[in-house]
Amino acid sequence: MSTMNLEGLEMIAVLVVVVVFVKVLEQFGLLEAGYDDSVEDELELSAVRHRPEGLEQLEAQTRFSRKELQILYRGFKNECPSGVVNEETFKDIYAQFFPQGDASTYAHFLFNAFDNDHNGSVSFEDFVMGLSILLRGTVQEKLIWAFNLYDINKDGYITKEEMLDIMKAIYDMMGKCTYPVLKEETPRQHVEVFFQKMDKNKDGVVTIDEFIDCCQNDENIMRSMHLFENVL
Amino acid sequence: MAAGVAAWLPFARAAAIGWMPVANLPMPVAPAEKNKRQDELIVLNVSGRRFQTWRNTLDRYPDTLLGSSEKEFFYNEDTKEYFFDRDPDVFRSVLNFYRTGKLHYPRYECISSYDEELAFFGIVPEIIGDCCYEEYKDRKRENAERLMDDQEDNKDAKLPNMTFRETMWRAFENPHTSTMALVFYYVTGFFIAVSVITNVVETVPCGSAPNQKEVPCGERYTVAFFCMDTACVMIFTVEYLMRLFAAPNRYRFMRSVMSIIDVVAILPYYIGLVMTDNEDVSGAFVTLRVFRVFRIFKFSRHSQGLRILGYTLKSCASELGFLLFSLTMAIIIFATVMFYAEKGSSSSKFTSIPASFWYTIVTMTTLGYGDMVPKTIAGKIFGSICSLSGVLVIALPVPVIVSNFSRIYHQNQRADKRRAQKKARLARIRLSKTGSSNAFLHSKRNGLFNEALELTVKEHRLRKSTSLIESQHHHLLHCLEKTTVSRNKHFNHEFVDEQYYQQSYLEAGLQNYPSRSPSLSSQEGMTGTCCTRRSKKHHSPLPNASAPAHMQPLTHTHPHKQGLQELSTIHIQPLSTSRSSLNMRIDEPAPLNCQSSQITTAVISIPTPPVTTPEGDAHLPAGPAHQNVVKVSAL
Repeated sequence: MSTMNLEGLEMIAVLVVVVVFVKVLEQFGLLEAGYDDSVEDELELSAVRHRPEGLEQLEAQTRFSRKELQILYRGFKNECPSGVVNEETFKDIYAQFFPQGDASTYAHFLFNAFDNDHNGSVSFEDFVMGLSILLRGTVQEKLIWAFNLYDINKDGYITKEEMLDIMKAIYDMMGKCTYPVLKEETPRQHVEVFFQKMDKNKDGVVTIDEFIDCCQNDENIMRSMHLFENVL
Repeated sequence: MAAGVAAWLPFARAAAIGWMPVANLPMPVAPAEKNKRQDELIVLNVSGRRFQTWRNTLDRYPDTLLGSSEKEFFYNEDTKEYFFDRDPDVFRSVLNFYRTGKLHYPRYECISSYDEELAFFGIVPEIIGDCCYEEYKDRKRENAERLMDDQEDNKDAKLPNMTFRETMWRAFENPHTSTMALVFYYVTGFFIAVSVITNVVETVPCGSAPNQKEVPCGERYTVAFFCMDTACVMIFTVEYLMRLFAAPNRYRFMRSVMSIIDVVAILPYYIGLVMTDNEDVSGAFVTLRVFRVFRIFKFSRHSQGLRILGYTLKSCASELGFLLFSLTMAIIIFATVMFYAEKGSSSSKFTSIPASFWYTIVTMTTLGYGDMVPKTIAGKIFGSICSLSGVLVIALPVPVIVSNFSRIYHQNQRADKRRAQKKARLARIRLSKTGSSNAFLHSKRNGLFNEALELTVKEHRLRKSTSLIESQHHHLLHCLEKTTVSRNKHFNHEFVDEQYYQQSYLEAGLQNYPSRSPSLSSQEGMTGTCCTRRSKKHHSPLPNASAPAHMQPLTHTHPHKQGLQELSTIHIQPLSTSRSSLNMRIDEPAPLNCQSSQITTAVISIPTPPVTTPEGDAHLPAGPAHQNVVKVSAL
C-alpha cells in the first residue's frame, strides 16, 4: 500500500515536472500550442461619417434662414461629430431633459418620427426637415407630423393600442414622483378620453382626416401649436 | 444639464408639439425672449492672447463667470472685447470646457495656479473629466501634504503667553527649542541605553568561583543590577508622569502608541515589586522580564528613522497581509504534500503535517537548515518545487513595500530640506522687501534733514525721484505715525529701522537673555536726565561706530547683541555713523536744533532684516521676540 502511494505520488510528481517543462518551452515559442496569435486587429469602422447636403439645398428645402441653419448645424455637429444621430444618443439626450422619468420610449417614437428614410440613424437633413415642420410649418403640417408620430406602424390609422403606447411613453417621462400619484389606469383613461374626442365614426381607429378636423376645432390645441415657435 | 445638451433644447421643445393633441388642458404661456440676440462672436482677450467664441458657447454654463453677466465687468468699451488679466495657458483649458463640456487638467500646470484660475472663473474643480481627475487629485493631495508639513513647522513657534504646562509640552515634543529640553532629551536617551544594556549584560555568564558553575551576572551581582533597574525605572516613571501632566489632551495622550510603550516598559518592574517570591507566579515573573526589552522602543522618540519605518509598515499593512496569507496557503499545501510523500520512507522526520510546516517554512524562505530533508524521490521533487515557489511568493509583495518606504522616506527628506531652506528663503524675501521700507525711512530722513539745514537749494536732485505711488505710500505711513500717539503724549510713534527696534524691544523687558544690561533705562525711551525734549535714546548699533562722545561702552559682550548701549543724554548725532548711507541705521534723524519731536523706539516697526548690517550678522537674537509684536509690513 505504501509503495502504491509512493508510486502514485511519483507519477504525479513527474507529471508536474513535465507540464512545467512544456509551459516553459511554449514561452520560448518552440512549441506552438495550437492557436496562433494573429496580431492583426480588425479595425472595424467605428464611425459612419456623413456629410450633409449643401447649405443652399437645405435652405431651399426647409424654411430656415442660412444663419439659422448654421447655428443648428454647429450645435448638431458639436454633439454628434460623425454627422448622424443614432437612437442611443437620441435617448441619452432626451433623458437629460427629463431626468425624473424614463424618456426612452418616447424618444424611440420620436426617433422613428424623425427618421424619414428609416435607416436607423437621423442625419442632419432629417433633423432639419423635422424641425422645419415643427417650428416653421403651418398648423396643418404640424398636425400631420403629430399624426405621424402617433401612428407607430405608419399605416395611416391610429389604433387604441398605438395610442396607449404613446400615452404610456408620455406618462413615463413624468416619472414616479408626481402629485397626484399616477395610477396604473391613468394612461388608459386618457386614451379613452382622446378617442372619444377624436374618433368621430367610432370605428375604433382614428384616421388622419378625423384627427385634423378634430384638432382644428379645438381651441386649446390650436393655441398650443404656436407655443414653441420662438425656439430658434 | 450637460454641455451641448443645451444646444438640443430647441429640438426638445419643438418635439413637444407631439404632446399637444393629447393634452386636455391649455398649455402655459411660453417665455418670451426679450431682445433676442443673434448668435455673435465675442472676443476674449486674455493677457494679449485673443480667443474668440460664440456667445452661445459661453451661455451653456450660466453659473460661471463667462456664462453670466459677471463678464460685463470686464468689458472694454474701446476695443469691444472682454479683457482678462489672467494666464492665457490655463484659460485655454477653461475655454475648452465651454466648448466640449469636459474640463481637462494639463499636467504641466502647477496645481495651485490652476485652482486659482478655476476659482476666478467660477468653475468647480469637481467636474474635471475622468481622464484627468485622478492626476488632479493626486497633485492636490501632494500639495496639501506639503503645506501641512510647513504648518507643522510653524507650530514650533513659541506663542507669547504659554503656560508652564504648554511650555513643558512643547519642550517635550521639540527638544531643540530650549536647552533644558535638550538636556532632558539626552538624559532619557542615555538612561534608555543604560537600561537596555543592563538587561543584556544581566544574562552574560560572569566569571565564577572555581568550584561553582558559571552563573549569569544577574545572579552574581543581584543588588547592583537591581539598583540600576530601579534607577532607570524611576527616571522613566518621572518622565511619563511629566508628559502626562503636560499633555494638552491627556486622554488622547494615554491612548497614543508612545505612551503605551512607556507604560509597558515600566510596568514589569512594579509588578515584580508587588509579587512576592511565590512559587507559582515566579514563572510568570520571568516572562514579565521579557517585556523589559520594550524599552528599546522608547528610542523611537529619539530617532526619526525608526518612526518612518514604523509608519511604513503600518501603511503597507495590506501588502504585508497579502504576503502572510499567500505564504500560509503555500505552507499548508506543501507541508501536506511533503508529509504524504515522505510517509513511506523509514525514519522520516516528517511525522505529521504540522511537523512538516517547519520544513516548508525553512525551505520556502531558502534557509535550508538541513535538520529535516526529504529522502524519497517524490519528496525531493516536491521539495525543490517548494523552494522555487517560495522565492517567488516572497519576492512579489516586497517591491510594493520598498516603494512605499522610499516614498515616505523621500517625503521626509524633502520636508527637512524645506525646513532648512525656509529660513534662508525668508531672509532673502525680507531683504528684497526692505527696499521700499528703506526708501521711506530714507526719504524721511532726507526730508527732515533738508528742513533742518534750511537748504534753499531744492533737493530734488538728491532725492530719488519718487513715483506717485511711492509718495502716496510715504504719506500714508506718515499719517499712521501721526495717528499713533503714545501715552505720554509727547511724541508719536515713528517707523524705525528694524534692528533699532529689535534692540529697544529687547530692552523693553523680554527675559530671554539674562545678560541684559541692567543699566539700560527702560521702555518708551524717556530718558530721565537733562533735556526731556532733547535727550533721546540713542542706540548705535555698533560698539565701534564712530563714537559719539557721550556713549558708554557695552555692558555685556553677548555676541548677538549689537551693542546695546546705555541710554544717555546724548544729543543729536545726525548721520554720524560711518556706515554707508544705504545701510543706514537711523541714529538721529533729528535736526540739530533740537526742535523736532523726540524719537523713540516705536512699537510699530517694519520688518527689515538685519542682514543689511555690514557685519552681515543675520542672526537676530530675538527670534522668538520677532513674532511677538505687531508688525506693519511696509508693502
